[in-house]
Amino acid sequence: MKTIKLVDIAKTIRSKNAGTDRITFDIIFREKENYELVKASKIITKEFIANLFQICESRISDFVEFDPAYAIKFTILRLQPSGSPGEGDVFGCQQYPPLLDIEIPV
Amino acid sequence: MIKKELRIICPNGHLGFSPTKEDSFWLGAQTKPDYYCSDSGSDDIGPGPLGADKCASLYVWQKHDLELMLLASREQGVPMIIGSAGDTGTNSRVDMYVQIIKDLATEHKIPKFKLAYFYSEVDKRYLRNKMENGAVIEGLDSRSFLTFEELDKTERIVAVAGVHPYIRALEMGADVIIGGRSSDIAIFAAPAIKEGFPENLAYYAGKVLECASFCAEPYGAKESVIGTITHNDVKVTAMAPWQRCTVASVAGHAMYERSNPYYEYFAGGMLDMSECLYEQWDEKTTRITNPKYIPIEGKIKVKLEGSTKVGEMYIGIAGVRDPYTIKNIDKVIELSREQVMQKFGDNGYELHYRIYGKNGVMGDLEPVKEIKSHELCIIVQGIAPTKEMAEEVTMTGTRQIFYARLPEVKGTAGTAAFVVDEVLPATSAYRWSLNHIVEVDDPLELFDVKLIEIGE
Repeated sequence: MKTIKLVDIAKTIRSKNAGTDRITFDIIFREKENYELVKASKIITKEFIANLFQICESRISDFVEFDPAYAIKFTILRLQPSGSPGEGDVFGCQQYPPLLDIEIPV
Repeated sequence: MIKKELRIICPNGHLGFSPTKEDSFWLGAQTKPDYYCSDSGSDDIGPGPLGADKCASLYVWQKHDLELMLLASREQGVPMIIGSAGDTGTNSRVDMYVQIIKDLATEHKIPKFKLAYFYSEVDKRYLRNKMENGAVIEGLDSRSFLTFEELDKTERIVAVAGVHPYIRALEMGADVIIGGRSSDIAIFAAPAIKEGFPENLAYYAGKVLECASFCAEPYGAKESVIGTITHNDVKVTAMAPWQRCTVASVAGHAMYERSNPYYEYFAGGMLDMSECLYEQWDEKTTRITNPKYIPIEGKIKVKLEGSTKVGEMYIGIAGVRDPYTIKNIDKVIELSREQVMQKFGDNGYELHYRIYGKNGVMGDLEPVKEIKSHELCIIVQGIAPTKEMAEEVTMTGTRQIFYARLPEVKGTAGTAAFVVDEVLPATSAYRWSLNHIVEVDDPLELFDVKLIEIGE
């Protein structure tokens, strides 16, 4: 089946702290069609995200398809608060790259 | 008389963290907004600044941004409101900002004006008393209740103010307000509520304005935006000639930095954005209607942020280029750890390695398991009760990468490249110990507002 990478159809793919204990991820589309395509594909689910990052589903605290912004958003709990010794991303802003290559069937 | 509309400019989403862009600020200032508001804090910067009671931002940038806002607002005779002074909103940061305002007033010979300020540090004895009287300090984001042990270990605590101290300061006649730690949206919502605008629109305005141009596109921080609140809607307009507030950029911003795009919590209630309507008003402006404000039932809950010291910290940096060493990097780290353990045992200190080129950025979340880089950078973080011990732990942990005894290594003169042959002292290591909420009887009980007169 023909597929397209998320990076080629999303306007914004980002991650950022949501408070001290969570990192939230946003996938935002400019065009409604692309948003609907990804939504309808049912590729991006809680289970898929858990597999991608190799974490328990219970660490995903929120998963929302946010129609007003043509966006898919999910949030994961950190194992330790941001900035704790040994943590590598105080702002949580470089955790999104694995999302870029997600393949969506066209 | 109740105004028909209120216009608030926000020049910077985190005042002083990186300097405000002046061109769009002055374009906005020329339109004579009713208020100049900006938040200066964030918990994004980690627990270090709160624990060590220092700024994450440079003094010159903070002064620059305060100067722009003070000059414009005093010239036009309208209030200026700053929240979360000096990144953390601790008492010393509030004092520092008050002093900057005083200095600027003298430097620019600004006529007399009233400055209100409030602290937001929380005395540990206050929380201890509450807990001893049976109060529960509830944890946020899956944290458990605050324990006496965690409270005792905590270095410093700030309470996050809602609109209450800001409204109080405005009622006292303040021209300039310097706030301790605050909800960023309160800084914008307070003047609108005080001037009689609906709470739902006031809080929404705060939500959309607090990060300045992050609600505009194309992407570009530190540019000014203006929010216009009426009795029916909120409109937000980008001031930079090259930016626009679009339905997509504004709706997209609602979910920025929050775990859920629909709900925003603050002292006093919650903003429900699930039925917000967004429309393009003009080229640079988006109009928002229908946010809902849900006041809290019962006592007001105030968020607490606390930081605990873990120890003194040093940082070591080592580069590796040898392909055999790269292939065996986990073994190298293990050998290096063993050398530290031989001297210091296996507890009483912390030693962390982040291997850039492998999984330094994402750690356990990294799906790429194979090292594809021809070189690695290893950051060694050693933490111990004293500076001397932290230095030795880190030095051993770093230098043993150089001396790693791999059986077949060709480069027997050293297996690491150093930018500097030393380890670097860092600010002490801290950990966020409080992300909790406390119930209060009076929304002002943690925030005592004071008013002084300054200027010529």
